[in-house]
Amino acid sequence: MSSSRSRHLGRAAFAVAGLLVAVAASAQFAVPRYGFGRAPTPAEIAAWDIDVRPDGHGVKKGRGTVQQGQVIYDAQCASCHGTFGESNTYMVIAGGVEPDDAKTGRAARLRDATAVRTVGNKLNHASTLWDYINRAMPWTQPQSLTVDEVYAVTAYVLNLNAIVPEDFALDEQNLLTLPMPNRNGLTRAHGMGAPSGRPDVQGSLCMKDCARDVTIASSLPAYARGAHGELAQQMRPVGPYRAIATGATPSRAAAAKPAPRELAAQFGCVACHAPDRRIVGPGFAEIAAKYARQADARSYLAGRIRSGGQGVWGAVPMPPQRLEDDDAAQLAQWILAGSP
Amino acid sequence: MTQLPKVVRGTLRPAPENHLSGADIVRARAGRRAFVGQGLLAGAGLVAAGAAAADSALVPPWTKSLGAPVAKDGYGMPSKHEAAVQRRPSPGLTRTPLSSVSFTPLQNLFGIVTPSGVHFERHHSGMPEVDPAQHRLMIHGLVARPLVFTMDELMRFPSVSRMHFIECGANTGMEWGNVAVPTVQYTHGMLACSEFTGVPLATLLGEAGLDRKRAKYVLAEGADGSALARTIPIEFALNDVLVVYGQNGEMLRPENGYPLRLLVPGVQGVSSVKWLRRLEVGDQPWNTREEALHYIDLMPDGMHRQYTWIQEVKSVITAPSGGQQLTGKGYYEITGLAWSGRGRIRRVDVSTDGGRNWRPARLQEPVHTKCLTRFRADWTWDGAPALLQSRAVDETGHVQPTVRQLRAVRGTRSIYHNNKIQTWAVADNGEVSNVQLA
Repeated sequence: MSSSRSRHLGRAAFAVAGLLVAVAASAQFAVPRYGFGRAPTPAEIAAWDIDVRPDGHGVKKGRGTVQQGQVIYDAQCASCHGTFGESNTYMVIAGGVEPDDAKTGRAARLRDATAVRTVGNKLNHASTLWDYINRAMPWTQPQSLTVDEVYAVTAYVLNLNAIVPEDFALDEQNLLTLPMPNRNGLTRAHGMGAPSGRPDVQGSLCMKDCARDVTIASSLPAYARGAHGELAQQMRPVGPYRAIATGATPSRAAAAKPAPRELAAQFGCVACHAPDRRIVGPGFAEIAAKYARQADARSYLAGRIRSGGQGVWGAVPMPPQRLEDDDAAQLAQWILAGSP
Repeated sequence: MTQLPKVVRGTLRPAPENHLSGADIVRARAGRRAFVGQGLLAGAGLVAAGAAAADSALVPPWTKSLGAPVAKDGYGMPSKHEAAVQRRPSPGLTRTPLSSVSFTPLQNLFGIVTPSGVHFERHHSGMPEVDPAQHRLMIHGLVARPLVFTMDELMRFPSVSRMHFIECGANTGMEWGNVAVPTVQYTHGMLACSEFTGVPLATLLGEAGLDRKRAKYVLAEGADGSALARTIPIEFALNDVLVVYGQNGEMLRPENGYPLRLLVPGVQGVSSVKWLRRLEVGDQPWNTREEALHYIDLMPDGMHRQYTWIQEVKSVITAPSGGQQLTGKGYYEITGLAWSGRGRIRRVDVSTDGGRNWRPARLQEPVHTKCLTRFRADWTWDGAPALLQSRAVDETGHVQPTVRQLRAVRGTRSIYHNNKIQTWAVADNGEVSNVQLA
């Protein structure tokens, strides 16, 4: 048998084997094996299929300007994120972007150990900002903005980061091509992308006389000893060990119920309401005075806290708050009692 | 009742003292053997003298009364004496409990199963209460037959049960720069391990007619207010990913994704999307907010590592651990947990001198892949200060690094994937605290 003939046979055998694999695969997937489930309706797909990818997959046709975005942002976003996107209550939206970043595509400030990390200097694609605002913002009312409103708010956040000018209009075309300051700042060259990936840091298997200088470089400072509450209440009272008593008050999780003042902080009320003056919304004292003689003031206010509202005190809406009925009632009672 | 001798903090409480007389306690402490000898003599005397009335103070009240009926609680709770065992948030870590995390009390747990009620929580927009009768899962994208399933249908598919850990990518993230928290609950408590029951994702993708040529990734999306979305590589999806409804023998708890979640074994917890409602097959990763703004690892050169899926080899001693106090010199069992997102744990070593010398720990069977493994080692404490460490090796040969080795490559700002060797310092008074070595 000539070598060319044997090669030919080999190829044929390989092809047959490949065919068998293909047949097996198609047999597995050509028809449903169990027959459970049904085809989604077009309306279901339209309602659920919301993802937008950097390559334009899923992008929605629409348009919004920086100016339009500012109006929506001030009303619905600023209470958490700050008027200029500077609030560190949640992830900082704006700042940390250098003029040269647009050219290099690497946010230079991220090399600085103390640099603030923001949406502006971390994000690689503007489409991700659009996708996130569309799917999850405003936080208390996700998926309540129209497509054009999402474009507008996205444009405004980009403007806060000096990525687009004040007179910019964002649409489904330029969303995909904006030169983001950190577009080259994310890498997949590492070993954590697959189970077979090569680790970048490998420990030692040394068993005897390994570390020479063993010195403690860091421990919890004395003032922080009680920062996590009374540890004696976090350890089982029987067994080989006792707990170190830190003398601290129990953590909030261990406490039965947060006080109304804590609730007000927890649900972000105090971002817009001060005890005795207007911020975005009326002061607590002002609210208490207005409803002092109303018989159902407590249940009315509790309902308002849960439902949100607009128009009673001005044009800026209050978002609905997701707290329990009794927490809302407690909060209302506290406001009416002069927020002690 | 007899006046009790004062219990000295940090000393072991010897077996029941509360019903012994002061004289008996003195005798008991003077020497067990002498006491037993007297007891034997006394016993012999009793037999000889005939029946004498038993000392009623030596029999506890629960022996001399009727207990509670069955089904007192339709769903049982731990003993009231176990009230210390709670998941807890770390004060100051997040600004609101609606986008936050609570930590598993690892210091109080045995074995490898995390009781579902203390499984750590991570919500991005609070915990939704999903009605299973209304819940649907959609599979679409690069498939021949897009499908919508009800829970009834999903639970009719052939199912599997497997034990796996879930660890948040940010577990131990507060410890990159320095010691920040006191106990193992806060250093390592974004970790849990359960028996999960569900349908292999490969089965569902097969049912939908996966386009094997073009499919490279799957987007998993939650039904909560954050509609949390993560990209899963197709080789993971077809290997061991499960669409899960069962956890430790019952349905998932609401805080862990009821009624349906994804489970991506060995991969950072955020990928195991809770309240799963949609799977879209695609040819590119999605670069979602949780993949481009969060869950990316900042390196010293200002570059972020993206799609850092794998949780690498790691271990921690859970007892003795930070915040505990040894109750006297003598024998202790050092015990802890080891795990790896790359497979099984092959070996764990422990050190009691800060890593100068190491010896192998015993691994408790079973040792499952991508699952917590319990390890143990004997230790006799001589009352001198000690530095306790554990070091795990997985089946790929990856050895858990020291904090120094880790920082030399990744700096201190990564937030995610801190798998350093943990050090607990034992002081001469028996107090155990969290420290980091130079």
